[in-house]
Amino acid sequence: MSIAPAIACDNTPRGARLTLSGGWTIGAGATLERTAQAMLTKIDGARAAFIDLSEIEQMDTAGAWVIDRSRQALESRGVTAEVVGARPEHTILLREAHFRSTETPERVEHPTLTSLLADIGSSVFSAGADLVNGVGFLGRLVSILLTVLVRPRRWRWTSTFYHLESFALRGAPIILLINFLVGAIVAQQGIFQLARFNATPFTVDLIGILVLRELGVLLSSIMIAGRSGSAITAEIGAMKMREEIDALTVMALDPLEVLILPRVWALVLALPLLTFLADIAALAGGGCVAWIYGDIAPAVFIERLQDAIGLNTFAVGLIKAPFMALVIGLIAAVEGFAVAGSAESLGRQVTGSVVKSIFMVIVLDGLFAMFFAAVRY
Amino acid sequence: MIAPDEPVAASANNVVIRVRGLKVGFGDRLVMDGLDLDVYRGEVLGLVGASGAGKSVFTRSVLGLLPKQAGMIEVYGLDIDRLTMGERRRVERRWGVLFQQGALFSGLTVKQNIQAPMREHLDLSPRLRDELAMLKISLVGLPLDAANKYPAELSGGMIKRAALARALALDPDLLFLDEPTSGLDPIGAGDFDDLIATLQRTLGLTVFMVTHDLDSLYAICDRVAVLGQGRVSAVGPIAELLLSTDPWIHSYFHGKRGAGRETVFRLGAQGEAR
Ligand SMILES: Nc1ncnc2c1ncn2[C@@H]1O[C@H](COP(=O)(O)OP(=O)(O)OP(=O)(O)O)[C@@H](O)[C@H]1O
Ligand SMILES: [Mg+2]
Repeated sequence: MSIAPAIACDNTPRGARLTLSGGWTIGAGATLERTAQAMLTKIDGARAAFIDLSEIEQMDTAGAWVIDRSRQALESRGVTAEVVGARPEHTILLREAHFRSTETPERVEHPTLTSLLADIGSSVFSAGADLVNGVGFLGRLVSILLTVLVRPRRWRWTSTFYHLESFALRGAPIILLINFLVGAIVAQQGIFQLARFNATPFTVDLIGILVLRELGVLLSSIMIAGRSGSAITAEIGAMKMREEIDALTVMALDPLEVLILPRVWALVLALPLLTFLADIAALAGGGCVAWIYGDIAPAVFIERLQDAIGLNTFAVGLIKAPFMALVIGLIAAVEGFAVAGSAESLGRQVTGSVVKSIFMVIVLDGLFAMFFAAVRY
Repeated sequence: MIAPDEPVAASANNVVIRVRGLKVGFGDRLVMDGLDLDVYRGEVLGLVGASGAGKSVFTRSVLGLLPKQAGMIEVYGLDIDRLTMGERRRVERRWGVLFQQGALFSGLTVKQNIQAPMREHLDLSPRLRDELAMLKISLVGLPLDAANKYPAELSGGMIKRAALARALALDPDLLFLDEPTSGLDPIGAGDFDDLIATLQRTLGLTVFMVTHDLDSLYAICDRVAVLGQGRVSAVGPIAELLLSTDPWIHSYFHGKRGAGRETVFRLGAQGEAR
């Protein structure tokens, strides 16, 4: 694009004359720096230097900066350095972009071990804070729910149904598919392993109980956490970043009531519906494999299923669903409100939302398992 | 590089941006409808027009960010639709852009934002990169401690300044500014104008500036283009536009807000003539 920067030096009785030529622009990159540094060595012990700019073809702020930096370095070594022959525009540039020390306090960095320990400490602390936060959030949500129940006109039906459609209706196909496949896999494994004990027919019991009690609701919850929980966090987070949440607040609207309540409510309705679909799909998947791979005819499958499970088996799965939905919704909302200004923090909170909801769903499922075992349901 | 006091001539190789018959629209609604415009080397061109007239859309089309339905856009004599990868990179290295909303990278500090284009395009030592970033920060009038702040920690005017510093990072020849002075206090806006004028004089910078700021128009624009009904309805030095009989242009410059400035401008011009 332009000619590289260059310097020539000749010694005159009055001192060294440094003639700069070529293009002193940032485009020259490392050459620019090196050439400017060379000014210091070229003068070769002279006590005075004249920096002649008259042959420079192009100069920009970076060029002016490095020239002035070298000039000041010369001066600090006791050489009187003077700029001569500069065109008027170059004089202005040198004045605007004169070298000055630019030290700013860096962000402090701690040694690795300290920061490792600090990280562990802060993550334990934040786990505790998350719990307190979540419970506080739940409390606020319940209090808002109560006020809205007293004044049903404030209930946002449009918003609720909109989210119900996007969580339940649009989520249904993938949940059906996944559960059908998992039902089929469990059936295949059941038939294969139980054949060793000549207990193939018990596969039906295995599928019925496992799917209805655990797998249906668990898989649906995990899927919803990944699909809808992440969407809620991203939506709330983006609204937070663009000050939309603040705009709501100053209009005397409670973001929890306007944004969170419809979403959480839609989740609480959607997850039991999806769990029901998931149960049916998994049973269908298991039935297909039992028929094709295990030679258990559909009529036999259904008859055995009726013996193997009771209404309680089905109910256990379904009872868990709204609680799972509540946990997912709460975590998604809390994480969304925690988004700070940057795109990076949005990404971090969305990840956190999905990971934490899946973890909590599994923990909750374990607690329910202990509870139902204790009450023998 | 042309000497700064040489009059800007309209000869072909002095045209940095040439736009002919540009049509841009969303859906079936045309925002630009047969727009022609030339921007000459070394000038500051102000683009004015009502809100929603399509100034930002026009800027984005010239930058190649919006697809156009018809027309031709040349930058440095190169048709921006027919650039090879290498040419595109070279053109992009020579222009700096200040977006209307700043568009700073939210995950990087101000200093890192300014260094981002330097890192990508140039091979500079970390020390010089730091120094140049700090130079740009002080040139645009940001306090030095803003260097380590993230965009979310800045005020609206500081975001504008930081975005200008990033646009200037590679010392571009061509600067696109979308409403640079909106959101700045009057003193800051005046400094901004001075900075642009100084850079234009010393670096021979070409500036394409969208603005609603009448003071900037009077202070630094060599020519002003008026955008209306999807085309450039008038273009010329501000003194010419002041005489325009077009009702919109007339009320723009002679309306309640424009009137006082226009008198000052005319008195200033008389003073200089004497
Ligand atoms: N992505 C888009 N989709 C549809 N229409 C758009 C889009 N972007 C801009 N427009 C429309 O194009 C027109 C011009 O918008 P533009 O942002 O260019 O206005 P402007 O002249 O920059 O106004 P201002 O001075 O307020 O910034 C507007 O009517 C706007 O509604
Ligand atoms: Mg605009």
